[in-house]
Amino acid sequence: MKKWWWKILCIVLLAYTIIGGFLFKVPRQPFVEESIRNLYFHVCMWFCMMILFTVSVVQAVLYLRTNDLKHDNLSRQYAVVGIVFGVLGYITGAIWASYTWADPNKPETESFASIAKDPKLIGAAIALLIYFAYLVLRDSIQDLDKKARVSSVYNIYAFAFLFPSIWIVPRLLASLHPGGQGDSGGNPGINPNDLTAGMRLVFYPAIIGWTLLGVWIVSLKVRLKNLKENYLNK
Amino acid sequence: MIKRFFLLFLSLICGYVLFAQNMADEMRSNGKIYVVVAVLVTIFIGIVIYLVRLDKKISKLEKESKINH
Repeated sequence: MKKWWWKILCIVLLAYTIIGGFLFKVPRQPFVEESIRNLYFHVCMWFCMMILFTVSVVQAVLYLRTNDLKHDNLSRQYAVVGIVFGVLGYITGAIWASYTWADPNKPETESFASIAKDPKLIGAAIALLIYFAYLVLRDSIQDLDKKARVSSVYNIYAFAFLFPSIWIVPRLLASLHPGGQGDSGGNPGINPNDLTAGMRLVFYPAIIGWTLLGVWIVSLKVRLKNLKENYLNK
Repeated sequence: MIKRFFLLFLSLICGYVLFAQNMADEMRSNGKIYVVVAVLVTIFIGIVIYLVRLDKKISKLEKESKINH
């Protein structure tokens, strides 16, 4: 393995996240109770997705400036792994919501109807769908340079759409999700009023650990793609 | 290949049997939350082993393709 030190850091941080995330003390809140430990897993998926998408858009801009296909490859792989983390964040959020937001005394369809209206869920779904379209658009173009150019431009648009869909609109509307209108405001993961010091001690290393895991997978995908191209060009 | 996996599997099982015997009381304390930690750590170790092996395989292929070029 080349440049292995950050991979070891990733493993150590994630092992710490799993052990500390389950065993350290957390404050008991109504409804959420012990499930607040999901903060170290569900929330980190979204943080990881945002960081990977940011790197992806930077690589897209670099491609447009230099016309070097290396940046296009990086941009694509960062976006794909970002989508994977986003989907994982969505699924884990659905599991968490069904035991905290849903009212067990009402029929499931009724609970679902009230949860599905939540602006945070709709915003996140729109953001992910726009990134799915990125992959569809990309793979529908045969010409290599055209593919790289069109998808880089689209990548910038998709990233710009993250701002209203997941960072602005859900915060302006009333939401079951933390960080909506009427809460203390801002990102609930970063806001100093929302987390205890003990939780911060696990949460921040967890973000770094999960992000490094994502970058590791990206690096494997990029290297595999390069190998494939070398093989085909022979 | 299969042999290697079998050995890996065996060593994991042995490790856990020994671990469980020594720590039987601790594993059953605190609402058995340590059991969940053990399960997740095992899954995580599995994923890490998978990634490391993949990384090594790709490194090997990279070396080979450099020699051929």
